[in-house]
Amino acid sequence: MREGLVNLALIALLPLVALGAQAAGETYFVTLVTKATILALAGIGLNLALGVGGMVSLGHAAFFGIGGYAAGIAAHHVFAGTPVLGWPLTVEGTDQMPLIWLAGIAAAGLAAAAIGAVSLRTQGVHFIMITLAFAQMVYYLGVSWKAYGGEDGLPIYLRNQFPGLDTGDAMQFFALAFACLLAGVALVWQVSRSRFGQALAMARMNEARLAASGISPYPVRLAGFVLSGMIVALAGALFADLNGFTGPSMLSWHRSGEIMVLVILGGVGRLCGPLAGAMLFVAFETWLGGLTDRWQLFLGLVLLGVVLFARGGLIGMLAGRARHG
Amino acid sequence: MAEPILALRGLSKSFGALKATDDVSLDLRPGEIHALIGPNGAGKSTLIGQIAGSVVPDAGEVWLGGRQITGLSVAARARAGLARSFQVSSLAMEVSARVNVRLAAQGRAGGTYRLWGSASRDSRLAAAAEAALARVGLEARADIPVAELSHGERRLAEMACALALAPRVFLLDEPMAGLGADGTARLTALLDGLRHEAPILLVEHDMDAVFRLADRISVLVYGRVILTGTPDEIRASREVREAYLGEEA
Repeated sequence: MREGLVNLALIALLPLVALGAQAAGETYFVTLVTKATILALAGIGLNLALGVGGMVSLGHAAFFGIGGYAAGIAAHHVFAGTPVLGWPLTVEGTDQMPLIWLAGIAAAGLAAAAIGAVSLRTQGVHFIMITLAFAQMVYYLGVSWKAYGGEDGLPIYLRNQFPGLDTGDAMQFFALAFACLLAGVALVWQVSRSRFGQALAMARMNEARLAASGISPYPVRLAGFVLSGMIVALAGALFADLNGFTGPSMLSWHRSGEIMVLVILGGVGRLCGPLAGAMLFVAFETWLGGLTDRWQLFLGLVLLGVVLFARGGLIGMLAGRARHG
Repeated sequence: MAEPILALRGLSKSFGALKATDDVSLDLRPGEIHALIGPNGAGKSTLIGQIAGSVVPDAGEVWLGGRQITGLSVAARARAGLARSFQVSSLAMEVSARVNVRLAAQGRAGGTYRLWGSASRDSRLAAAAEAALARVGLEARADIPVAELSHGERRLAEMACALALAPRVFLLDEPMAGLGADGTARLTALLDGLRHEAPILLVEHDMDAVFRLADRISVLVYGRVILTGTPDEIRASREVREAYLGEEA
């Protein structure tokens, strides 16, 4: 399949560029590639809700930020030597990424279950607005939470650790993020072909058909929404560690929009679309952003072009129309 | 007389001052095709909606196989054994008929929250879908997007979805609508045999098909069942003729 080849090329491109930059001594580019990798993972997660399940969520920054705050809060307590919780049971801070990820993913899963349970009672524009509203609530919670930096956010002075790796090394941290991206791609690929994925796709294509087949649309969508939020949370935790910072900006609706933009650029519902979208996004931000502060104008023009003329996004241009099962 | 498989008891539904369904009671017995006819605006679609679960009745009960299903959702009713075809084809247009039919087989088989394995390579689902597609004669056209199928082929695909559910009752809303002569003949033959697997409540405008197939016919006028009887009884009824000819005094 042509799309399979394009996907493989896109996946291979990230480590190739990272290795090339490393060989040339350009650590800054390794960081950029890592950023694209992490944003791609967030896009992969959103794409499960947006592309497969047809849920146009403008609230996924909430899950991205929750993952980011998990990393920030854990690191903050390790640095300060204080427990995260003193009562009823003592929970110490940790700088171990696997534990942080687990906590962040679990918290985001709970948040997604609560937000999804209410939002999925609505559809269309109402769903977009209500997910946005919930994400804004989480945003203002972050802004007002003085213990964790309030508006200023939390610095992560020392990048959190992963067993057996030196995460402070740009290349090793890239490898870790890339492994997470691969796991995310594999997960979404597998879920899409499973019975659950088929039901989720039918919830997007024709809800009446799904119900007439004896499958309730609402819980299928909710499960897809939760899974999607959990993947985005992992991306958020990595993103905070990449930047050495977490704060309300990770929770803001701009971030939700950014993730959605890179999914649309790459191709809604296309497995590796977010990879293409994230690379293009970071490239634009870096090079055009270096030339002009108005780089988002040009990104907007490209987005307009994609929406008007290339509904399959970049993947659609490279690999043709979506395959029909 | 055999116990009815599907029973409606005193169903009523009003929209404002309009009584769309007025105290309707109906039985669907094992092995029969029970046709529901009536002039346009008689409330057939509203009644179908109340049986399928998409319209909530103001009063009355729906029983399926001795179990009350009045409060159940559309999906729960489908799981309980009610297969419904839509008046306007309701299929996922961008995928093939096979994918649509396979999902019905999946609904029947369960395991909706299974995250492992591949639905398209599941041999049980594939066999069920293939069998249903073959029965409506759509095997050769099963793998192209539904959007590229003709109107008649979509009706057949919808019928295949209903078959793949292996239901206890078929609820078919104008399955012949828009079919050519070939399609109508094919579907008539299919329904004729199908009644022995599960009884059929058939809403249909094609009177030839209705009188050829139906064991019993109920006539719905202004939301009320004015007569239930054999095709001969219906044909002989002055009341029915008046209702259809609009000569009510």
